[in-house]
Amino acid sequence: MIYLTRRVEFSASHYYHNPEFSAEENRRIFGKCNNPHGHGHNYILEVTVRGEIDSRSGFVMDLKQLKEIMNREVVDALDHRHLNKEVPEFAHQIPTSENIAIAIWKRLTPKLKLAQLHRVRLYETADLFVDFYGEA
Amino acid sequence: MKAHLTRRYRFSASHRLHNESMSPEENLATYGKCNNPYGHGHNYIVEVTVSGQVEPSTGMVCNLVDLDGFVKEQIVNRYDHMNLNTVDEFQKLVPTTENLCVEIFNRLQKGFRPANVERVRIEETMMNSFEYAGGGELAH
Repeated sequence: MIYLTRRVEFSASHYYHNPEFSAEENRRIFGKCNNPHGHGHNYILEVTVRGEIDSRSGFVMDLKQLKEIMNREVVDALDHRHLNKEVPEFAHQIPTSENIAIAIWKRLTPKLKLAQLHRVRLYETADLFVDFYGEA
Repeated sequence: MKAHLTRRYRFSASHRLHNESMSPEENLATYGKCNNPYGHGHNYIVEVTVSGQVEPSTGMVCNLVDLDGFVKEQIVNRYDHMNLNTVDEFQKLVPTTENLCVEIFNRLQKGFRPANVERVRIEETMMNSFEYAGGGELAH
């Protein structure tokens, strides 16, 4: 078993707001992230896959293929988007980094055939990141 | 008390990804630009994680001088400013970073005695990295 990690960046805007909360509750819980005009981040996504090394190629999986899947499934869908308004997963779910990491996991896992998805790590800023391992 | 210790090392080397048993077309399809016959290079970063009991008298898992000395002699000097395809272990093994990671882990585990070798992680570029822990699963 060997682990391979690939990193990619995307930029997106979002805001945190739960329509079931009152305006005061939203402000109290989400603070400045509740600004209705949104704000943005340069997200860094690290995707780790695991598998056995193919004895012919020496690869777990082709890095180029992994990059293409990450670009197609994640970057093309999220980069320079307003997550709340433009990404279907967040029509009724708050686009916190936790929820974004889970959404990315769900987008990637059916597309990976040669290697198994092990971890999605999403940096919202250099000082803050979320790890998701597909656990319930 | 058991603790883990990780140290980073660097070396620069070139390689070419090419499997003699594949046709030129298959090599190109599999390895793309990494199949360039003249090779290309990377600044590799190797992270070595060792573990062991913290020795009460020194407060150390192992002396970093010992780890540095071993890694320098057995790993860095072996690969730095080399063409990986010319090194013994890659005569019949394609020098992908997966295979390099396994080779380095095995070399460390076989020879380094002061602490248990837990994991080797190699950054080939800023955008990709490889981890091997003897074939088992990585702890979270």
